[in-house]
Amino acid sequence: MAAMIGLAGLAACAKSPEGRSIPGADPALGLAVIESQGCGACHQIPGVDWPRGQVGGSLAGFAERPLIAGRHPNQPDVLMRWLRDPPALSPDTAMPATGLTEAQARDVAAYLYTLDDR
Amino acid sequence: MTASAPRPPQGWHESFKGWPPPVLDPAGPYAAPLNTLTWGLLAMAALVMAVVLAALAVALFAPSAWRRRLGGEKLVWVAGLGFPVVVLTLLLVWGLSLTSRLTESPQPGDLRVRVTGEMWWWRVAYLDASGREQFQDANEIHVPVGRTVALELESSDVIHSFWVPRLAGKLDMIPGRRNVLRIQADAPGVYSGQCAEYCGGAHALMAFVVVAHAPQDYALWRARAERPAAISPQHAAGAAVFERSGCGACHAIRGTSANGVAGPDLTHVGSRRTLGAGVLPNNAGTMGGWIADSQAIKPGNRMPAFPVLNGQDLRAVSDYLESLK
Repeated sequence: MAAMIGLAGLAACAKSPEGRSIPGADPALGLAVIESQGCGACHQIPGVDWPRGQVGGSLAGFAERPLIAGRHPNQPDVLMRWLRDPPALSPDTAMPATGLTEAQARDVAAYLYTLDDR
Repeated sequence: MTASAPRPPQGWHESFKGWPPPVLDPAGPYAAPLNTLTWGLLAMAALVMAVVLAALAVALFAPSAWRRRLGGEKLVWVAGLGFPVVVLTLLLVWGLSLTSRLTESPQPGDLRVRVTGEMWWWRVAYLDASGREQFQDANEIHVPVGRTVALELESSDVIHSFWVPRLAGKLDMIPGRRNVLRIQADAPGVYSGQCAEYCGGAHALMAFVVVAHAPQDYALWRARAERPAAISPQHAAGAAVFERSGCGACHAIRGTSANGVAGPDLTHVGSRRTLGAGVLPNNAGTMGGWIADSQAIKPGNRMPAFPVLNGQDLRAVSDYLESLK
């Protein structure tokens, strides 16, 4: 019994893809939103050939990162909030509120969680 | 809207409507003759090609009686010299007569706009009837439907070429010269264009659009475009960053102390469809990315990267510029 609880605890901590999957979201639509918004102006994003901005850093391997912008836990709900209005979470960030709808933020988050190939 | 309904992305597709510009799809009276000429020349070339190949086939494979007819000197004089001189002369006269109106000087009643090629963007100055500049904009040319617009094409540095395929042919922009190109759009819409003469490293990233409005919409657009910038109190901090950072040395914002002329006029930059001459959608995020490090986006462009602004300043100045509609 103790071993089972221990295993369950371990599973909860592990950075499994399932732990970050976003039900009902479409990564392909997320990529389209990323391209339509021009996120590449500041970020290198696997799947976006151009532009490959350097202002906000690369998003390669984003699904494996423990923190968003080095500050906030990389969890789906936090990420979706961040994608819509970063200054609400970090007032000194350079990343502006994006005007994404909630559905768009879900799709973008789902795409970012496919970026696990470092 | 249900969760499964398609959610079309906003921004990019709208910003880049009409891109890439289709050729052979004329949308105005100055482009239509070019289309006719193109197909006419192509048909003529195909016909001559067919005749030459037929003659070649005869020369190679036909009975000797047929081949003998091809061997005489008469054929060389008639088909080799006479025919090309006559046909090419006729095509030249036809082509010149079809296209002569494209490059006529501005006529009374024409709208006058001066477009200057810059490395690597388009300076657009709207002129009054006497040719005096009224205000400047960049990378977008707004025109009323159904009215001839005489574009006075110039260059401030190297040779560029102005090409908006659905409205007119290419015309070079040559330093020290003024070439006139007339365009007219038959229907409201966005007609995209591109520099068509290699002009340096970022040549491929030098696009623009012609936006054709219904006449009453054009009047509204023009009235708004002529106005100086309106700065709302909530963007005062961003305006202060703009001033403090020296942006006004290169950029003008009418109604403020910024009066630089090296870069694009930013009086209504927030209303443009794209940033960087057709390379990015225009929003607060791309604006911030452009200001902080445009060199990573469009290498070699004349605006330096600005690694001196902190995050809040960058957002403030971007929001301010986006508010200049």
